[in-house]
Amino acid sequence: MTGLAMRMLARDWRAGELRVLALALVIAVGSVTSVSFFADRVRQGLGREAHQLLGGDLLLLGDQPWKEAMSAEIARRGLAVAQSTNFISMAQSGSGDGAKSLLAGVKAVSGAYPLRGKLRVAPRLNAPDAAVAGGPQPGTAWLDERLTSALAVNPGDKVRLGNAELTVAAVLTLEPDRGANFFNIAPRLMMNAADVAATGLIQTGSRVTYQLLAAGERKEVDAYEAWARPRLERGQRIENLENARPEIRASLDRAQSFLGLTALLAAILAGVAIALATRRFVERHLDGCAVMRCMGATQGKILSLYGAEFLVLGVAACAVGCAAGFAAQELIAHWLASIIQAELPQPTVVPAVQGALVGLTLLLGFALPPLLQLKDVPAVRVIRRESGATKGSAVVAYVLGFGTLVALLLWQAGDLKLGMTVVGGFSAAVVLFIGLAWGLLRAASSSASMRFFGARNAAVRYGLANLRRHSRSNALQVASLALGLSAILLLTITRSDLINAWRQASPPDASNRFVIGIQPEQLEPLKDFFRAENASLPEVYPMVRGRLTAVNGKAVSEKDHPDERAKRLVEREFNLSFMEALPTHNEVSAGRWFDPKSRKEAEASVEEGIAKTLGLKMWDVLTYSAGGEPFTARITSLRKLRWDSMKVNFFVVTPPWVLEKAPTSYITAFRLEPGTEPLLDRMVARFPNVTVVDVSAALRQAQGIIDQVILAVQFVFLFALGAGLLVLYSALVATEDERRREAAIMRAFGASAAQVSGSQRAEFLVMGAVAGVLATCAAAAISTLLAQRVFQLDLPMNFGLWIYGPLTGIALLSLNAWLSARKVLSASPALTLREG
Amino acid sequence: MTAQAALLSAQGIGKTVKSGINDLVILQEIDLSVTSGEAVAIVGASGSGKSTLLAILAGLDTPTVGSVQLDNEDVFALDEDARAQLRGRAVGFVFQSFQLLPALSALENVMLPLELAGRPDARAAAAAMLERVGLGERLGHYPKHLSGGEQQRVALARAFVVQPKLLMADEPTGSLDAAAGEAVIKLMFELNAQAGTTLVMVTHDEQLAQRCGRIVRLAGGKIVP
Ligand SMILES: Nc1ncnc2c1ncn2[C@@H]1O[C@H](COP(=O)(O)OP(=O)(O)OP(=O)(O)O)[C@@H](O)[C@H]1O
Ligand SMILES: [Mg+2]
Repeated sequence: MTGLAMRMLARDWRAGELRVLALALVIAVGSVTSVSFFADRVRQGLGREAHQLLGGDLLLLGDQPWKEAMSAEIARRGLAVAQSTNFISMAQSGSGDGAKSLLAGVKAVSGAYPLRGKLRVAPRLNAPDAAVAGGPQPGTAWLDERLTSALAVNPGDKVRLGNAELTVAAVLTLEPDRGANFFNIAPRLMMNAADVAATGLIQTGSRVTYQLLAAGERKEVDAYEAWARPRLERGQRIENLENARPEIRASLDRAQSFLGLTALLAAILAGVAIALATRRFVERHLDGCAVMRCMGATQGKILSLYGAEFLVLGVAACAVGCAAGFAAQELIAHWLASIIQAELPQPTVVPAVQGALVGLTLLLGFALPPLLQLKDVPAVRVIRRESGATKGSAVVAYVLGFGTLVALLLWQAGDLKLGMTVVGGFSAAVVLFIGLAWGLLRAASSSASMRFFGARNAAVRYGLANLRRHSRSNALQVASLALGLSAILLLTITRSDLINAWRQASPPDASNRFVIGIQPEQLEPLKDFFRAENASLPEVYPMVRGRLTAVNGKAVSEKDHPDERAKRLVEREFNLSFMEALPTHNEVSAGRWFDPKSRKEAEASVEEGIAKTLGLKMWDVLTYSAGGEPFTARITSLRKLRWDSMKVNFFVVTPPWVLEKAPTSYITAFRLEPGTEPLLDRMVARFPNVTVVDVSAALRQAQGIIDQVILAVQFVFLFALGAGLLVLYSALVATEDERRREAAIMRAFGASAAQVSGSQRAEFLVMGAVAGVLATCAAAAISTLLAQRVFQLDLPMNFGLWIYGPLTGIALLSLNAWLSARKVLSASPALTLREG
Repeated sequence: MTAQAALLSAQGIGKTVKSGINDLVILQEIDLSVTSGEAVAIVGASGSGKSTLLAILAGLDTPTVGSVQLDNEDVFALDEDARAQLRGRAVGFVFQSFQLLPALSALENVMLPLELAGRPDARAAAAAMLERVGLGERLGHYPKHLSGGEQQRVALARAFVVQPKLLMADEPTGSLDAAAGEAVIKLMFELNAQAGTTLVMVTHDEQLAQRCGRIVRLAGGKIVP
């Protein structure tokens, strides 16, 4: 029996009956597997990339110095090890009247720091920077731009830190773990670990964070992590990545969403292609099965014969799909190699299993229902052909198959919101498409339109009459066509919109310089300065330094906030702002933006992430101390920030009147084009107290990552595109046999070639237009929805889509009409009819 | 009933189908008995119910009333699958529209019933059979590349290759021109004679019917003398 099934498989394969089906399976499995691999492997790699942004592959944090055993174990495993000591202290420069001081975030690093990534330094303020290996030498310190400028020091000058005096050796311009939102936290002083003792600042009770870093071969790092985790003591932990470089995480999260979505789309489209292809397969095998029934084949035999045939095909296609998925993710990994410096973890078999399961589910869900009809073919069909034609569809079986598939895909994607959006949208689109297609086709073939278009031309009349006669199967066909077409439009035309919008999130003209410490009385002169320089006037935001002292009247203490960042924020001053209107790159995610004029109650808008970290909720009352003055405000909205926008972002914003008495300075960001550096010098000469911070390196890094990730994402798009094309093809050939027979009958009755092709053209033209319009609407709706809901991007309206979409539909079906008419006309009617 | 046991017999066959609100009577009160080795032609005008009767005799279609015995089995006491197995064991078919599987070559079409029966020598037997119908050179050809006459000869080979006791043919020459039809008929009778097969053939061709030992005439769904 299986032998016969295998032979039937070979015969059907040879006859080309199974190619679309196999290809659809390969594409579905390939896309799911590759994305799964990506999630499983490359994302981990990217996660580690974020680790590296922390200075190593693994970062341990503690509030006590690390025991010798913990660091010795790292070295014993052949890994590189580094340590740093972090605390807040007053840094001072000058003497007497010229003395200046500022609270600085001190980081004392051991020789090997950083283990991954590089620090960048400049010889003096506003000079070009360069990457350096390692950190500062003993006896020296690197100050970031803010500290350098606030302390008014130049390289060679001395700074005092506790009992120690250090020589300023360079301006620190980039620290991998500090992104573009540096101005929300204390300015940096980096020094050598050897000098810590001399400062005398670290005593019992001092708040110090001790970092222990490891880097090296992945396996050993993992092994060390496993070894270290149970040995962690109170106050010690392994850093999670949530808070590292939000602008880069945002890109990676988006990439993950894009990929998950694309895989979902590819798999569902492949399911549709499989259903269409199987339906066609079944229609073409009804006669054969009836003959076999005549020859004594039982229902069970026919079912097991074709079941085995499909199963073997399915397993083979799944295997090929897994291999394709593996190859694809190898390519993706290769492309991403330049941003992922650490070696990638080896892929596991889980993605392959997931892919194969999806493939078999597709086969079961979408191929089995029509296949089951084969066994029910009455043998009498050999004598009376019209008996036992395929039924519309086994709805229950399809729903079951679709449900299983969705469950599998959600499991694989692990993103319920995204998954439900796609699945819900897809199901609604299918139902809508069929209904609309049916209605539109009926309208197009109504007697009114027949009179209008077909008055002179019998072929057009015949074509329109055909449209009406086939309105049910044509509606299905048009819906499938529209589905395939909308996927293709989505993946070609609107894809570039989405990707452009994505790139715009961190656009090439994003600000690369932040200017801080602008005094209120300097605002107007600064604006005049920019105007005189013919430079575009940047937006200026007020900045107030404040410290969170109480939540809902209860004083906050370190103990309430075990998280490192929370601790940092509780302990330290950070920047608040006040403004009337919500900045464009902010989005209110809960509550509503305050009415700046209302003085009923002091309100505050808090950034979502920091609220989560600090455990703040809507309606909490915050007490801040700003310039020694306490003030309170109630949280009335939470904001989502686009961290990758490289714009000025604030954690807490209030209406202007709330903070009007607090000491205020201003901050702005602008883009300094290469070659216009002298502008900077002139500005600094004119406003010596302001600090210019160069974030171009961080910007370049973020943009580089976005570009790489987009490249990888587009590659997975190819799978979905392939699936969309398959759906189109399957939909086009779905009624080919029937049309061919009808055309042959027309020819047999003496219709001219022109009449046959004319009637087909008329029918296809209408179908193409309907499918094109439906597909365009769907593509536009889906892309807008995706942009807003999933990617939080603004998508500009694409007028081209509304032209290309319908035209593509018409062109495609016209081409098809021409090709199929040629096929019919070149064969003799007798032959066509005989082939049945 | 003759002394020799009937290979095929039908008693009181009637078939009525609903058509709209009226019942349409296709067949009524058909009694028929065919002994082993006999050749019977069923003739009648178009629409007289010939094909329907053939389908019922072969157990492909079910009658509204009446019973059929084929090879000592009460056909309609069996379920659909058992009827299929009975057909596989005892009956061969030739149809007006050939009914070859388009994806299979001539050889594979002939092999198919043997393969379904699980015969290990399918290929050799099928090749030998195609040789006998004069298509030894065309084993690898597909139906669409064969002429109508050739296709029907493949169908004959496929019917005879399982050595059925009974061959049922529905208008075997209906789709062929006179010459090709004549060749196919000649071949069919030859094979029939060599294998000693019982033949039931539907035709509206009187001359063709005359070559069978017995003629059953149908008119309006009834057997007429
Ligand atoms: N299932 C059915 N439903 C409705 N009408 C049927 C059915 N089966 C057969 N008929 C009708 O019964 C009549 C007899 O059909 P049948 O195919 O047996 O005729 P026939 O004698 O073989 O004709 P022909 O020589 O044209 O092949 C026809 O009028 C046909 O339309
Ligand atoms: Mg007939």
